[in-house]
Amino acid sequence: MHTEGKDHAELADIFNKDEKRVDWHDETLWFIRAKRDKAVHQLPEWEDLRNTASQIKHNVLSNLDKYLVEFEAQAQANGITVHWAADAAEHNRIVHQLIKDEGVTQMVKSKSMLTEECGLNEYLAEHGIEVIDSDLGERIVQLAKEPPSHIVLPCIHKKKGEIGDLFHMYLGTPSGLDDPQQLTEAARIHLRDTFLTRKVALTGVNFAIAETGEFVVCTNEGNADMGAHLANVHIACMGIEKIIPQRKHLSVFLRLLTRSATGQPITTYSSHFKKPREGQQMHLVLVDNGRTVQLGREEFRNSLKCIRCGACMNTCPVYRRSGGHSYHTAVAGPIGSILAPNLDMKKYADLPFASTLCGSCSNVCPVKIDIHDQLYKWRQVLVKEGYAPTVKKVGMQVMTTTLNSPTVYRLAGKMGRIVMKYAPFAVNNGLNPWYKNRDMPEPPKESFGEWYKKNRK
Amino acid sequence: MTSREKILAAVKQNQPESVPMPDIAFLTGEPVEATEKFVTTLTTIGGRVYRVGSYDEIAAIVKQNYTGGQRIITLIPELAEITTEVFAPQPAAHHLQDVELAVLKAHFGVAENGAVWVTEELLGHRALPFITQHLAVVVNAADIVPTMHQAYARNIDLSYGYGAFIAGPSKTADIEQSLVIGAHGSRSMTVFLMG
Repeated sequence: MHTEGKDHAELADIFNKDEKRVDWHDETLWFIRAKRDKAVHQLPEWEDLRNTASQIKHNVLSNLDKYLVEFEAQAQANGITVHWAADAAEHNRIVHQLIKDEGVTQMVKSKSMLTEECGLNEYLAEHGIEVIDSDLGERIVQLAKEPPSHIVLPCIHKKKGEIGDLFHMYLGTPSGLDDPQQLTEAARIHLRDTFLTRKVALTGVNFAIAETGEFVVCTNEGNADMGAHLANVHIACMGIEKIIPQRKHLSVFLRLLTRSATGQPITTYSSHFKKPREGQQMHLVLVDNGRTVQLGREEFRNSLKCIRCGACMNTCPVYRRSGGHSYHTAVAGPIGSILAPNLDMKKYADLPFASTLCGSCSNVCPVKIDIHDQLYKWRQVLVKEGYAPTVKKVGMQVMTTTLNSPTVYRLAGKMGRIVMKYAPFAVNNGLNPWYKNRDMPEPPKESFGEWYKKNRK
Repeated sequence: MTSREKILAAVKQNQPESVPMPDIAFLTGEPVEATEKFVTTLTTIGGRVYRVGSYDEIAAIVKQNYTGGQRIITLIPELAEITTEVFAPQPAAHHLQDVELAVLKAHFGVAENGAVWVTEELLGHRALPFITQHLAVVVNAADIVPTMHQAYARNIDLSYGYGAFIAGPSKTADIEQSLVIGAHGSRSMTVFLMG
C-alpha cells in the first residue's frame, strides 16, 4: 500500500470508498470491544488492577535507570547477552550482525511491534536476509506486502476471500478456498517447515523482569516458542519501557493484558525465558529510539506505560472507520497517535487530529494512560511548533479575525445566511470540508441579535 | 560514549522524581471453588478435563483415544505402559516433529484462566508442548490456585531456565475473527486432574 506523503484524512478517504467494508471493519472491532467488556465485568477488582498497573508503571518510569541496570545484570548472570540500541538504525545493525555471525541468510520472526517501528524487515531484505513472520496475521500481511494494520490483529482489514487468494498464490491452496480452518491448517504446515529449518529466531518481549532477568512473551498461536526453541540463536527485542520491577507484578499485567485485548482470561502461552537452553545463544536488545525523549516530556511520558493490548483501537470510533493503515505508522490508533509525534512531529502532525476526543480510549486503557488528554495536548504542541496543516492555520486565522470584532462577526453571519439561502450550492459541495459525509443545516432566518433588536420592546 | 551509557544518562536526566512501588498484596481475587472454576474455564477456552483417581485411569483413557502406530511420549514413569518409546531429553528437538501425543506433569493450575505452570525439567525439551500435535498434562486437583496472584506468590523453585503458563490448545482468530483451534502449537490440550 502506498501511503507516502498522504495524511490520515486522505488515507481514511481511500478506506471509506468501500462503505460495506468500513461497516464490516467497524462491527468486527466493536465485537472485540464487547468481548473485552464481558471479560472485564466479571472481575469486581478490575479498577484496582488498572490503578495498580498504572502505579507500578509509574514506579518503573521514575526509577528506570536503576531497573535497566538491575535487569541487565540479572540477565547476564542468567547467560543472556544484552545489547543496547540508541535508535532504529542501531537496532537493525545489531540484529543483522547476529544473523551474520550465525552464518545464515534466513530468520523466522514472531510478532514484535518494535521491529515494525524500526523497519527491520525492510532493512534485512536490503541486506539479503529473508525474514518470515510466523504470526498468522503477520504472515498474511507479509504475503500481501502490507504493514500490519493493528498491533494485536495484524490483518483485521482483510477478508477471508483475499486471504484465500494470497494462500492460493503463495502456499498452493486450492483456488477459491476461503475457509478459515483450512487456511490456518495450510499456514500451520507451511510455517512448521519454517520453524524446523531456521537457525535464528526473533521474538518481541511483553514484559522483562528486573528482579530476575527473565522476559515474558505472550502468544496464542505458539509461534514465538516454536521459533525460539528450535533455533540456535534467539534474539529478543524490546523497548526500554517494557521493564517491570518484580516477578510477582506479572500477575497484575497478565490479568489485564488479554482481557483488554480480546476478552480472553490469558493467552494460550505466557512463556518465561530466563536462560538460554543448552547449546543455544540468547540475545536481548534494549532499544531507546526516542523513548528517553518521551520520558522527559512530562505531559506525554505516561504513554510509555503502554502494554500494547490494542483496546484503545478496538473502541476508537475513528480507528474503526478509517482502518489502521490510515495512520501511516507502525502502531496505529489512539496510542499510536500520541507515540508517533514523539518520533517525528512533522511526519505525524496529522495523527493527534485524527480523533473525536471522546475519551473512550482512556476509559478502556488497562494502565490508565490519559490518551485523549494527550491527543489534545499534542495538538497544542504541534500548532505552537508550526506543524498545523495550512488549511487549519488559515481557518483559525479567519475565525480569530471574525470572533475578535462584533462588526465582522455580525457581517459574516449575515453573509453566511444569505449565501446558504440563495446559493446553497456554494456551501453544499466537495470544497467545503463541513459538507463531507453530511448535508449542511437549514440556515436560520435571522440571528439571535437581529431577533432581539426587533422584539426588545 | 557507548549507546548503553547514552541511554542510561538520558533516562537518568529525563525520568520523573521517584515514586514508590505500590503494594499488591491486597489483590487476591474473589473467593472461588478453585477446582470447579478451573474445569469450567479450561473447557470454555477449548481444553478438555478428566477428573481421575490414578495413573492407571489416565493410561486407560490414553489407550482408548490413541491406537498403535502413533508416536506417544511421556516423562512420567507411572505412565510407561502408554508408550513403547523411551523418551530421553536431549538438546535437539527436531526429532520430536512427528510426536502425536505428549503427556507431561504440571506444577499447578490457575482457576481464573485455565492455565497450568510447567518448567523445563518437566518437559524434556522446551519445544515439546508446542511441537506435539496433542498435549496432555497431569496436575493435582489440590494444586489449583484461584488467580494469577496466588500463582506468582507460590513458593516454587525459581531456578528454571524456561517456564510457561499454558492455557488450552494453540489458537488464532486472525482470519476474519473466526476462532480456529490448532495454530502452530498443539491442536488440543487435555488436563488430567488427579485426586
